[in-house]
Amino acid sequence: MTRYIARRLLTMIPLLVGITIICFAVIHLAPGSPTDLQTDLNPRVSAEAKERLRALYNLDKPIYEQYILWLKKLAVLDLGESFSPDHRPVIDKITERLPVTITINALSMMLIIIVAIPIGVLSAVHRDTLFDRITAIFVFVGFAVPTFWLALLLMILFGVNLGWLPISGIRSLNFEYLPPWQASWDVIKHLILPVLLSAFGGLAGLSRYMRSNMLEVIRQDYITTARAKGLSERIVIYKHALRNALLPVITILGLSVPTLIGGSVIFETIFAIPGMGQLFYMSVMSRDYPVVMGILFIGAILTLVGNLIADVSYAVADPRIRVS
Amino acid sequence: MKSDFWYRFFKNKMAVAGGIVVIALFVVSFLAPWIAPYDPNEIDLVHVLEPPSADHLFGTDQLGRDVLSRMIWGSRISLKVGFVATGIAIVIGAILGALAGYYGRWTDSVVMRFVDIMLCFPSFFLILAVIAILEPSIWNIMIVIGLTGWMGITRLVRADFITLKERDFVHAARAIGASDIRIIFRHILPNAMASMLVAATLGVAGAILTESALSFLGIGVQPPTPSWGNILTAGKDNIDIAWWLSLYPGLAILITVLGYNLLGEGIRDSLDPRLRS
Repeated sequence: MTRYIARRLLTMIPLLVGITIICFAVIHLAPGSPTDLQTDLNPRVSAEAKERLRALYNLDKPIYEQYILWLKKLAVLDLGESFSPDHRPVIDKITERLPVTITINALSMMLIIIVAIPIGVLSAVHRDTLFDRITAIFVFVGFAVPTFWLALLLMILFGVNLGWLPISGIRSLNFEYLPPWQASWDVIKHLILPVLLSAFGGLAGLSRYMRSNMLEVIRQDYITTARAKGLSERIVIYKHALRNALLPVITILGLSVPTLIGGSVIFETIFAIPGMGQLFYMSVMSRDYPVVMGILFIGAILTLVGNLIADVSYAVADPRIRVS
Repeated sequence: MKSDFWYRFFKNKMAVAGGIVVIALFVVSFLAPWIAPYDPNEIDLVHVLEPPSADHLFGTDQLGRDVLSRMIWGSRISLKVGFVATGIAIVIGAILGALAGYYGRWTDSVVMRFVDIMLCFPSFFLILAVIAILEPSIWNIMIVIGLTGWMGITRLVRADFITLKERDFVHAARAIGASDIRIIFRHILPNAMASMLVAATLGVAGAILTESALSFLGIGVQPPTPSWGNILTAGKDNIDIAWWLSLYPGLAILITVLGYNLLGEGIRDSLDPRLRS
């Protein structure tokens, strides 16, 4: 197992280098130098900020030297200072907002697992029944619906018309004065819509994947063997087939990490949630370069870590992976 | 072979429905100047935020502009973004996938590592970061969506090339002295067209969704140019008083994307019924 993890970590090195190169390339995408762009397009950026940017990216040095110096800072997680008036280190601004984003994404991933897997399994087992047809329609619409629009509709329904759920932020104004149980209910109420919506796309994807996976497994010889042994259909499906159909789901969940993180920009902006996605949006709007580049980098690293966790869990669950 | 395809395609009701939606969208966007009841940018401050009525079927927005007319003109944006962005992704994906699949070895490893690296970035993050530098405009949006959406196509084309390059017709072409370039583009690529067509149809749907999300966030198509996404921004700003601004443009996106998806899946199933999931 340790050998597998070590090997897996080694394959991450070229990816990590590639990620830094792409981030670096994005900074230099601007025609001319990034400092020209800052001052030309954004009157709010002063000559002083220009100087800071020059220092941050060492723009007066040759390009390979810029890259090396930038890497050295990156290695100690020095992402520079924000252009916003608070001038705080980018890494601090990101880390204080990261827990909210990760919590919401983790919750929606749990929701996806809890809901999509049973739906997929049931529609495979009861193939071509009414239930299967209805879930097929749900899946197709789920792939096509713009989730930010669904968010708007649910906000109108539950927030404006019915008044059941709050539509912005993660806690009410009087949060400080609420007794503990009401305070936690307050947070839950604020999280229902964002979690539901960020899970929505993944729900459709995973239930469809689970269905085709299950259909594939049911066709295998060892399932026929299990049936031939005289095992009840229940045990055949839920013990022999399900276990094997569940394995690839781990990989799929790992692959869905970038989609979830990317989606956080939209949900956190719509619901005014103070997470990394909202910070990213605000920084893009105000051309706060160091923060934009910092979050781009951190987002890629989170994906890398998500894939690593998925691969290692797969290896734990399925010994065949470790030896091959 | 070809008639088999059309036979299977027309038997698939969902695919035909998808095709009709896509054709209808083309017709609407080409005829926009003639069928839109109002000038999409005509401001009418007397009729601000009016609910749907006989005069304005889908109501008016915060400047009194007719929502239906803005949506009809907005369909042009969706069409343009879908095709240009997907076109860019297809060209990059076809070239890189062909090189990786045909030459194998280190070319293959380099290209596939590049794909892996690009897939590490949440694509929405990458798009936003680039837009932050390049200023939002419809052309930048289309190019950036294309530049961040070629990875899946590369993998498909590569897989096709790996199986096709061992076929007899390729060996025959090589035997009569055809160059690599000729073999790749004249002999193998046409045989990989089928899976590319399916990927392209589904890609158009994805590009339309991405553009609408960007425009909704105010980083895409800039007002006053109407797009379905930026009408929805007005919907959010007036969420407690004007539901029609939120409902109709979103429905248009939903139906369009659904249409492309059904068409794409229908083409795939008709090309090779065994692939049906």
